[in-house]
Amino acid sequence: MTDRAALFEYLLRLGDSTLILGHRVSEWCGHAPALEEDIALANTALDLIGQTQMWLGLAGEVEGAGRSADDLAMLRDVWEFRNLLLVEQPNGDYGKTILRQCLFDAFHFELLTELTHARDDRIAGIAAKALKEVTYHLDRSSETVIGLGDGTEESNARLQAALDLLWPYVGEMFAADAVDAAMHKSGIAPDLAVLRSRFDTRIDAILTEATLTKPDSAYAQSGGKTGFRHSEHLGHMLTQMQWLQRAYPGATW
Amino acid sequence: MTPDLPTIWSWLDEVPDPEIPVISVVDLGIVRDVAWQGDTLEVAVTPTYSGCPATSVIAMDIETALHDRGVRNVKIRTQIAPPWTTDWLSDKGRAKLAAYGIAPPSPAGGPEACPHCGSALLTRVSQFGSTPCKAHWRCDACLEPFDYFKCI
Repeated sequence: MTDRAALFEYLLRLGDSTLILGHRVSEWCGHAPALEEDIALANTALDLIGQTQMWLGLAGEVEGAGRSADDLAMLRDVWEFRNLLLVEQPNGDYGKTILRQCLFDAFHFELLTELTHARDDRIAGIAAKALKEVTYHLDRSSETVIGLGDGTEESNARLQAALDLLWPYVGEMFAADAVDAAMHKSGIAPDLAVLRSRFDTRIDAILTEATLTKPDSAYAQSGGKTGFRHSEHLGHMLTQMQWLQRAYPGATW
Repeated sequence: MTPDLPTIWSWLDEVPDPEIPVISVVDLGIVRDVAWQGDTLEVAVTPTYSGCPATSVIAMDIETALHDRGVRNVKIRTQIAPPWTTDWLSDKGRAKLAAYGIAPPSPAGGPEACPHCGSALLTRVSQFGSTPCKAHWRCDACLEPFDYFKCI
């Protein structure tokens, strides 16, 4: 794999993860359990989709085949997506949505913090911009997880069920493959093992305060960021997200 | 005749933010640079939030305002680094926000005082608000809700 091909793959991973989570979160628009939460979710989705435009825009530039951020988002099918499996998981109840957000935010925050030092000004610039937004996302999702986990018997049970269900998707965020190794070597991406230990410290503190029990299993699902095997959910989601381009190919705003 | 840069800046200071029209795009701190490149005026604009839908409207409003003043060739350049910070809000802009009923950003992580009655007895309603740059707060003294311009 050439350096350029690895960089393209890496940028797809960043942009696809923010795109798919942004779309998932936007599915709550008009349906959230409280008006304030509805607004918070819509704003979070907006930030993530804005970040997607920057990551996929740069991916298109690096690829050099004339594909725009919109082309990459709307004209690829499941097997070409490189997002983490965690972010394509369905919203479920509000507890599952906010726990998924918290796990992703905790990873995203550490990753972007490191990417601000990337030996590529374009990547460092996008990371610095996104980090400000993600700091805010993490504040909110961790506070909400703590509030609901340490809340009523019902909210605690729902959060614990969400944690048990989503924990197997945590490992993939930190599992380094050839693309991660190439990016680390060229001074762009951080060492994922270091990120994992920072993530664990933060998440352990949140879960303890939320009176939730971390599952005692290191089993990790994989296949999202490599594109080897997405879960069934992604295809269904794309039929909604890409509906307009599929029904009216080439349609513009 | 080519207008000089201070004149251009004063024109830009009359372009309102589309979401919060009491402040200008210059007050907001998003116009980062203005320079002539030959007969083209290049304006560097930085987005507030990456997904803020006002960004493209702002670019269009700047172009229109400059065209109306007779500047033919305008090029808007999006500049993301260094990232926008509320530290770049002008003092004039902060005062206008408060007068309009939006509490200006404060490094303490929340508004300093209710923009309506000046009380410091405040409760956060939501970390987010009607636009990406705002959060929703309530005054416990006069009981009025108000927007707070998030500090980033």
